[in-house]
Formats: sequence, structure tokens, C-alpha cells
Amino acid sequence: MCLIYNDMKHFLTAVLVFPVFSLFSQVKLSGHITDNKNRPLYGVSIVLKNTYDGATTDSTGSFSFLTDEKGPHDLEASISGYNPILQKITIDKDPIVLNLSLKEQITELKAVVISAGAFEASDKNKGAVLNSIDIVTTPSANGDVTSAFKSLPGTQQVGESEGLFVRGGTATESKIYMDGNLVNNFFYSSTPGIATRGRFNPFLFKGTVFSTGGYSALYGQALSSALILESTDLPEKTEADLGLSVIGIGGGIQHLAKDKKSSWGVSYNYVNLWLAFNVIKQKQDFNKVPVANQTDANFRIKTKSGGFIKYYGYVSSNKVGYRSSDIDSALLKNGFGLENINTYQNLNWKDRLGNGWRINTGVSFSTNRDDINNDLLDGNNQKVNVTTPAFYNFKNFALINQAKYAQARFVLEKKLLGLSAIRFGSEYFYSNEKSTYLLNTGANFTDQVTDKLFAGFAEADIYLTNNLAAKIGTRAEHSAIMDKWNLAPRLSLAYKLASNSQASFAYGIFYQNPERKYLPVVTALDYSKATHYIFQYTKQTKDHTFRTELFYKKYDDLYKTAPNIYGRELAANNNGYGDAKGIEFFWRDKKTLKNVDYWISYSYLDTKRDFLNFPTLMQPSFAASHTAAFVLKRFVLPWKTGFNFSYNFATGRPYYRIAYDNIQSKYQVTDQGKTINYKNISISVNYIPGLGKKDPKAFAVWVLAINNVLGQNQVYTYNYNNDGSKKEAVTPPGKRFVYIGCFLSFGIDRTQDAINNNL
Amino acid sequence: MKRLILSALIVFFATSLFAQNEKFIAAMKKNLSALDTSFKEPANLLSLANNFERIATAEKKEWLPYYYAAFCQVNYGYLGKDKSKADSYADKATALIAVADSLSPNNSEISCIKSMIASCHLMVDPMQRYMEYGPESSSNIEAAIQQDTNNPRPYFLQGQGLRYTPEQFGGGCKTAKPILQISLDKYNTFRPVSDIHPNWGKTQVENTIKGCN
Repeated sequence: MCLIYNDMKHFLTAVLVFPVFSLFSQVKLSGHITDNKNRPLYGVSIVLKNTYDGATTDSTGSFSFLTDEKGPHDLEASISGYNPILQKITIDKDPIVLNLSLKEQITELKAVVISAGAFEASDKNKGAVLNSIDIVTTPSANGDVTSAFKSLPGTQQVGESEGLFVRGGTATESKIYMDGNLVNNFFYSSTPGIATRGRFNPFLFKGTVFSTGGYSALYGQALSSALILESTDLPEKTEADLGLSVIGIGGGIQHLAKDKKSSWGVSYNYVNLWLAFNVIKQKQDFNKVPVANQTDANFRIKTKSGGFIKYYGYVSSNKVGYRSSDIDSALLKNGFGLENINTYQNLNWKDRLGNGWRINTGVSFSTNRDDINNDLLDGNNQKVNVTTPAFYNFKNFALINQAKYAQARFVLEKKLLGLSAIRFGSEYFYSNEKSTYLLNTGANFTDQVTDKLFAGFAEADIYLTNNLAAKIGTRAEHSAIMDKWNLAPRLSLAYKLASNSQASFAYGIFYQNPERKYLPVVTALDYSKATHYIFQYTKQTKDHTFRTELFYKKYDDLYKTAPNIYGRELAANNNGYGDAKGIEFFWRDKKTLKNVDYWISYSYLDTKRDFLNFPTLMQPSFAASHTAAFVLKRFVLPWKTGFNFSYNFATGRPYYRIAYDNIQSKYQVTDQGKTINYKNISISVNYIPGLGKKDPKAFAVWVLAINNVLGQNQVYTYNYNNDGSKKEAVTPPGKRFVYIGCFLSFGIDRTQDAINNNL
Repeated sequence: MKRLILSALIVFFATSLFAQNEKFIAAMKKNLSALDTSFKEPANLLSLANNFERIATAEKKEWLPYYYAAFCQVNYGYLGKDKSKADSYADKATALIAVADSLSPNNSEISCIKSMIASCHLMVDPMQRYMEYGPESSSNIEAAIQQDTNNPRPYFLQGQGLRYTPEQFGGGCKTAKPILQISLDKYNTFRPVSDIHPNWGKTQVENTIKGCN
């Protein structure tokens, strides 16, 4: 008993005395923290784990503190952006000095961006040169998704047909992807001599990567370029919007669930150019002004692990018909009519699977039907039959194109240390394209081309340090049309020169099948092939972007065509070849001029190719040697108005009359020339009357846009008559285009949105 | 004897618990007293943030040290010279305030910090980021008001935000002043739960109102 009591007494004494004792035995811990390049690190937190004791390093990387603790402890040194260090120490009586070196983590913020060949439009990603709103505020773009990219280097100012002509490539060498799935018929069906617009609303997408070459192994079947669109996630709020303009009316609703985990939306647009074409004189006589009905629907579900299931579906129908003078005769006219029905469905699932694995998988399905009519008309617009000379027979025809496309795709990704990752996957395309060509003579040609294209791909992102990264990939494809495999290696390197500048290099081989219109063929064909070499230098700060690219692109095995017995051009062999080389500059400045944001781009292109019916190696008619664009944007706050200006320039393009010489059995250039330089000044004004009003019920944005303000003469190319004795300039249908519209949204105050969009 | 041992043990543990608590409060107070002067010399905010974080990780159950650690980190993000690093401090603050939130859910003071974090991200590039962080900042202010209508700080944050928004966008002194006044009135009646509970902002509110006159 006594013993216990005594023990207790000692114990209590010990407890009470201990703190006093410990006061006299504080131990000093000090040291110096550096990074792996021996530079002092400021702000590193030093913690004696599970105690209050510790310190923060000063600007010389030094720290020092006193502790009462004794015995073995863990000391941790940590700072964001570096791997923390846990050091076991035993505290006794003597001061402890610790000099530690922390290794920098490879983080997105600091790491070099693998960017050779690619332009990114994004609001978040580092290295983006445009933000999503630039696409709709670039005046020459007219709110068309792809057109804004025509103010960037590498693209041509081609106005006679739609699509992106990149670095000496045709429009069909550029493919467009939405959430990983290929979009067939991205543009409205072609009309002769008039470029059509993209079908998709630019607000559907939150991020866009426009690759002018050297793109990833995840994509294929495009010799020149890939435009990769990523659809938006959930809307911020439930809202309805209504748009009214000189070209139509449209409206929609986006509904966000209460738990903010899912949303759905529908929209409908009616486009009718009757008013516009009555005010602005068109070169063609439109007997059916363009009319389109479009409706789309979507849903988006956020999964538990932060992934998304997204559906987007689209149905549209449109009609157009116009008459223009027949090039071969003084009295006759050519009447062209087109009716189109197009559907597109895309279902995509993107998620984290745990353990660093991610999946991105999707299916898409689309259909397209064109009903095209071409008639020879007399002075009273009555259909006439002319049978001599024989080529007139081909001016009266009906053409029905029916196509079905399906795609399934998956990509698995495993995140490795730092930013490194490997990804691999596979995709399968099915296409079925049927054409029925009906001549007035009763002759009837039907053909059907189906393809099953299978592709497998693998790619690794390797970040050796924050300053050096590589993307190495390869892609294998098998097309039923070729019935053979191809193997396409891809490589991209990026090296950081300074905190805001970097050099990149990209190399890759790209394969593509022949265009549908040159099929079907009986002879065995191989894939056409392009090899890209791209060097890039970029210097980017918050307010400035400078970038330049030097490229060389070699074309092999391009398709050569030959006429069949009916005179139709079909792919004959892979004997075509060519190359393209050039240099491009891009400069964007948001700061030098107050409240003004501008960019300038310039491209020099030297390209020649021998393909299709070209008799020899020559500069194609879609390639200008010099192209430049200047875009300037300014928002004047007190006027609540944004002003946007753009100037596009291109030197004249060559044009040719290529005719088949029946005697020599080969194509020949019988005439050629060069168009005048292309110049286009466009402006747009956005007026936001509700700016600054608190809680408006409806929010309006007024838009006025004028394309080709000065009405400058633009000649895209020339068409020849049958015997080559006469040529006609292909020009835009109207000298200028004026667009006036008002967009209303309800349920959400978009004031800030509009301001920020326009600043 | 049994009783003696028992009471001795109780005394011992109680003292030790009390001592622990006293040590915690003393450490908190010491760092809080350094907080006011730190705003003049932002470099100290970072070391204070680390001090609070050490207390937080040693205690684990107290929301206040996490709260102050986040408060110091986000303010350092605001006041630090290198705007490009503001995001990383705001991210750090987010991680800290998330722990505070789990220890003390639906806390008006914690919602205030969340709003400040969103504003800190916003400040890095207001034009580009408004869409994302603008609503996040204001919804947290609304939550803070809802969670404690007597808390003057959400009104202070709201008023201050408006004060520095250009007039054309519905900001400026004119719209800010009534809200700053509400905040000041609430500061005048506000009593913190304890010496170490949040009690900052009154001087700033007074200065902002003065600056508007």
C-alpha cells in the first residue's frame, strides 16, 4: 500500500517537474532546403510530425526552431510542387542540423506542353491560343466552328467549297471528331461553287484542338489535319434561349437536375434565307432559297467518380435550289436543286476506373441522304433536253446519295508517375454509301461502296522532367476496301527552353483511303500516305503568344484517276506524289493596346503534287503561297458594345483547265492562270443592353456582322466550258453579307458571361 | 487506497487533458496575435499557415486550426506578389478547408473561406474564369449567410467584391455601401464564441466604407 503511494508520489512529482525540466532542454533544429538543382526553396513547411513544432523556410531556404520533444520522431519537409521528404530523427540534447533536397514533381502547371502542329481553343488548358468564345467573335468566321481556324496559320482561304484546306492538303484530308468519334458530313451537303457551313453550333463545344499536322495515334484516316472537338459538360443552370435573326429563328432549353448531376436539353432551329437574299443581291437566281430545319437533343450524366455519360443527337433537313447561266450556251440556264436529310447520334462514356485507369468509349451512328437534281433550262426556266453535243446529256441528271455510318471506339488510359501515361484502344468504322445516278437518257448507274475499317492504337506520354516530354504512338489500320494493313508511327517531343518558351518537334506517318467519289474500283489500291516533320517554337505568357512552325510534308501513293467508259473519273492507281513545305507565324497580344486583343497570322506554303487527274507535278488550285489574317477585338464598356474586326489575305491561287486527250489517252493542262489576290475585311458588333442590370429576367445580345464590308472583288477559281474556249470566275454568291440577330436567354443572368466573352 | 489511486489518476488525466487544451489554446492565441500584423508583411502569412497546419494535424479533431491555415493560405494567394502561384495556394487552402468542413459541417465561417478561395482563383484571370469561379464565390456567400445570419463576414466579402467590380458591371461604391453597412452593423453586435473563434474583418469593413466616402 505504502509502496504504491510512494510510487504515486514520485510519479506525480515526475509529471509536475518534467515540464520545468524540459524547458531547460529545448533542442534546436535547423537546416537548409534546396531543390534538386541546389537552389534554395522558400516557403517549405518543416513539421515535427504529431507535434506543434516546426518552421517555414525563408527566402534563403533556411529554417530553425526549438522543440521540447525527445526521442525518435518523423520530420517532414513539404511544399506544393515537390515530393515531400520524411526524415527519421532522434532528438537528444544536441542541436540537429538537416540539409535536405526536394525533388520537383512533374505537374501540368510546370511541365512542357506537347504542342507541335496543334492549336488549341480552350478556356482552361495551358498552351491554348484561342478561348472558346474567340470562335464566335471572329467576324470572318460568321459563327461557324471551323471558320475561326481560317484566321490561324496553316489554313487556306478557300471559298468555293467547304472544309479546312491545311498545308497543301485537300479538305477531305482533314477529319473532324466529336468526343473521339468521327463526324461524317460535318458540313451541309456541297453545292457547286458555294462553301457550306458546319452543321454544329459552336456553343456545343468547350474545347477544340485543331491539329495542322503530326497529330496523335488515336486518330487516323486524315493525311493533313484533325479537328478534335470536346462537348460541354453540365450547364450551370436551367435556362431557355431564343434567337431571332435575318436568317431564321431558333430556341432551346437546357435543364439541369436539382442535384446538379445530370442535364438534358433540346433545341430547334429554322433557317430561311429568303429575307437576306431579297435584300442582298445574289449572283445565282435562287428559285428555292436555302431553308433548313434542325433539331437536336442531348443528355449528360455525371457519374459517381466524376466521369460523364453524354449523348448528342441531331436531325436536320434542308433544301436549296438555284439557277445560273449555263457556261456552254448563251441562252440556256443550269438549274441545281438539293434536298438533304442528315442524322447524327453520339453516345460517349468517359470515366475513372480506379487505380489510375481511365476509360473513354463511345458509339456513333449517322445517316445522310442527298437528292440532287440538275436540269438544263430555257429562258423561261422550262426544262429542255439537249442531246447534241453529247456532253449536254450529262447536264440533265438526278443523283441520290444514301449513306450510313457507324462507329464504336474505346480508349483505355493508365496514369503513371507524374504526368506520364499510356493509352491504347481500338475502333471500328462501318460505312455504306450508295449512289444512284440517273441521266435524262434513261441511263442509270448505281453503285455501292461499303467499308469496314478496323484500327488499333497505342500511345505513351513520357515526361522525363518538367522540361522534357515525349509522346510516342503507333496506329494500325485495316480497311476492307484495301484488304491490307497499314502501320503508322507517330512521335512528338517537347523541350522547355525557359519558363515561358519551348521547342517542339513532331513526326508521323498518316494514311488515308480514297474519297468516295473516286470509288468503286476493280483494281487493287493501297493507302495514300503522308509523312510529316514539324518544328515549333512557342513563347507564351498570360498576355502574349508567339509561335512559329516550320514543316515539311511528303506525300506518297496519292490516288491518280482515269476516266471509265462513261467518262467518270475513278481511282486508278497509287502513282501520285508530292510535297508541301512552309513556315508559319502567329502572334497574339492582349496587352500592348489597352482593352484591345489582336492576333496576326502568316503562312508561307510551297507545295506541288501530282494526283487525281493532274498531268504532272503542279501547285494545286486550292493552295495559295502566302496567307495572312489579322483579327482585332475591343470591348467598349461604357457603350456596352464589343467591336470585332478581321482582315484575311491570300495571294492568288493557280487554276487549270485539265482535259482528257482521247488520242493520247491522258490528261493535259490546256489552259491555266492565277486568280487575283483574295482580300476580305469583316466586322462584327455585339451590343449587350442589359449589361450591369441586376437580376434581369431576360438577357439580350444583339449582333451585327458584315462580311466583306468593302465589297472587294473575290475570285476563288475559274470554271471552263466544255471546249475550253470560255472561262467563268467562281465568286461568292453575294458581294457582302449582313447578319443582324438578337439572342435572348431566360433564367440566368448572362451579363458577366457576355462581358467576359467579349473582353 | 483504491479511491486514492483512482482520484489521483483522475486528477492526472484531467490535468493532462486540461494542459493539452491549454497548450492548444495558447498556441492558437500566439499565432492569432501574429495574424493581424501578417497582413502588412504577407511573407509571414505563409509561415503562419504552416504553424496552424501543424497544430491542425497534431490535434486532428479541431476545425479552427484547419480554418486558420486555409485562411492564411488563401490570403497569401491574394496578397502574394506572384499571381501565377495564387492557384497553388488556393488549392492548398481548398484541401485544408475540406477537412475543417468535415469536422464542422454547415459552418458559416467555413463557407466564407470557400468563397474567398473561389475569388482567389478568379483573380488570376478574371475574364477567362468568371464563368466558373464567379458563381462558386457568390453561392458560398449565400450559403454562409443562410448558415448564420448574424455573421458579418459574408456581407463583408460580398460588399468588398462589389466595391471592386466596375460600375458598368453593377458594382462600385454605390451598390457596395449598403451591404458593407449591413456588415458593419453585424460586426457591432457580433460576439465570437471564444477568443480563438473567427473575429476578423471589422477594421477592413470600416476602411472600405471610409474609402467609399
